[in-house]
Amino acid sequence: MLRAVLDAVSAWAIPVLVAGIPLFALARRVKVYPAFVEGAKQGFETAVRVIPPLVAILVALGMLRASGAMDALTRALAPLLGPLGVPASVVPMFVVRPLSGGGALGVVGDVLRSEGPDSYAGRLVSVMQGSTETTFYVLAVYMGAVGISRYRHALPAALAADLAGFAAAIAVVRLVFGP
Amino acid sequence: MGALWTLLVTAALVAAAANGRMAELTRAAAESAASAVTLALGLTGVMALWLGLMRVAEEAGLVRDLARAARPLMTRLFPDVPADHPAVGAMIMNVSANMLGLANAATPFGIRAMQELESLNPRPGVATDAQALFCALNTASVQLIPATVIALRTAAGSRAPGEIIGATLLASACAATAAVVAAKLLRRFFPAPPPAPAEPS
Repeated sequence: MLRAVLDAVSAWAIPVLVAGIPLFALARRVKVYPAFVEGAKQGFETAVRVIPPLVAILVALGMLRASGAMDALTRALAPLLGPLGVPASVVPMFVVRPLSGGGALGVVGDVLRSEGPDSYAGRLVSVMQGSTETTFYVLAVYMGAVGISRYRHALPAALAADLAGFAAAIAVVRLVFGP
Repeated sequence: MGALWTLLVTAALVAAAANGRMAELTRAAAESAASAVTLALGLTGVMALWLGLMRVAEEAGLVRDLARAARPLMTRLFPDVPADHPAVGAMIMNVSANMLGLANAATPFGIRAMQELESLNPRPGVATDAQALFCALNTASVQLIPATVIALRTAAGSRAPGEIIGATLLASACAATAAVVAAKLLRRFFPAPPPAPAEPS
């Protein structure tokens, strides 16, 4: 039942919005087409403006991954996270989730395949994936789009949120599903 | 950011030297740079679509209505942003899209919100409190429907792919709360320089 509702929402949300917003606007006598074109114009400009900061962030993260530094960090974290109820297979998620959206999905796929989606590790990695966003990517795109190079407290606050999300994921999964 | 970036790249160099992976490092740098362009240009189409729809929604007064409904919360979270500022509407659109798991729509709305917030920024190049909090909140996006994860779990043969929805909602709500608390607490440790006297806002 829940599945069916969720599937329906996922399938219908975008088309309903794409048709619904113009329909609503038309009812309020807005010149829908010129307004759309005017707004869409900014799409290209914004995408191009995001490229330089995105190159900077992705190059640094790509190099970090290729250098083996991320693996080393994962190995260092494993003995710390184990006693807190994090299976070894899920530890890479702590390092990868804030850094790379694609990388995180890779970890989720690996754990779901190797341990099963209905195992403790499978559930934990699923909840961790949904509990936060790819922090560095979000910051690079949003700050880059308006040419900000001094993020101030945005990064530490975002990382604190990641940490809180992960801690909550462990606690909630243990509480709801058991270890 | 410059110091952090240099630190990351230097750490990669040192680790690659220790692991004997210099060739991989070279390739990763080139490939990552190329993927940034693919990623950004790949955004162009959906970006244009949603920014176009957002303009339509704005002219219909829809964004203003949404912003009005969320005013009590927004004025508390973003005291520096006037309650009727266009940034409020854009932020609401972004958060709503995030909650519904519409990542494609959330990013253009979020960028739009950052641009509107930038119009209130007396120091170009330095994030305002509102921009820092908005970004931090976005990195902890509260999700009602983690659609990607559910799809992956279904593909992996889960008996109950959607059973993680409640737990995910709770965990991401904790992350969002932490983002707000951390941003409000850390703000004073990252003071912004005084506004440039040459260009009074």
